[in-house]
Amino acid sequence: MNLTLLMYLIPSLIMFGCGVYGFLTRKNMIAIMISLELMLNSIDINFVVFNRYLFPGQMEGMFFTLFAIAIAAAETALALAIIINVFRIAKDVDINKINKLKF
Amino acid sequence: MESVGNIIMYFVIALSIIVFSVLTVTTRKILRSATYLLFVLFATAALYFQMDYPFLGAVQIAVYAGGIVVLFVFSILLTQRPGDDAAQLISTRRWLGAVAAIAGVGVTGYALFSYAKFCGKQLPAMGDIDMATLGHFLLSTDKWGYLLPFEAVSVLLLACIIGGVVIARRR
Repeated sequence: MNLTLLMYLIPSLIMFGCGVYGFLTRKNMIAIMISLELMLNSIDINFVVFNRYLFPGQMEGMFFTLFAIAIAAAETALALAIIINVFRIAKDVDINKINKLKF
Repeated sequence: MESVGNIIMYFVIALSIIVFSVLTVTTRKILRSATYLLFVLFATAALYFQMDYPFLGAVQIAVYAGGIVVLFVFSILLTQRPGDDAAQLISTRRWLGAVAAIAGVGVTGYALFSYAKFCGKQLPAMGDIDMATLGHFLLSTDKWGYLLPFEAVSVLLLACIIGGVVIARRR
């Protein structure tokens, strides 16, 4: 039995699907951020797996994943700061109750 | 032909990624959701180790599992009363989300399996990537150098620090 490229892409695909589901159905802003992390993580897996299987001597996918991890960390830190600030003002993190900018 | 240990390790990683990512988005308690996310990130780090990228696995554990999950737990505890469930979802939105996710997974999975004959080759051999070559690639301006994105990321982190200070400052 061989471990092929396809076998590594299937968990990544399911992880991305879970992220999409959570992103669309969750109402808590922090839960939405967690779903976003799932999606970003599955993309990182794809970069690494394609790099490893198709271009094993080179490091493009690895560096893309490295930069994606750094940018995702910065983005999450800033988003959580914004969420905590919103909670301080509105006393809630439910996206259906924070709609002052909507209309 | 792979070694048996490698195959067992693959199934452990793949199963834990699938099970824990489904649990992350379906559980009712948000703190449990963050914990399952931690398990998913650990399984991803194990996958990087299995792919012979030990540096990437270490970065994944240090940044994601060590930094981001702690941030998540802190902000959950700051914004949530203990024992609080996520409020009941509206059924139409849940169906909408499920249909969108399943349709996306179905289309992409069909595309994957229709090209499965190109994905049949096994893991090619690769030498170890030592830190010296990695650092040379990261700080060179040659053809495969990454100095510009490296500096761009450092400027981005600086902007992120300033933004975090400005946002979190008490007025």
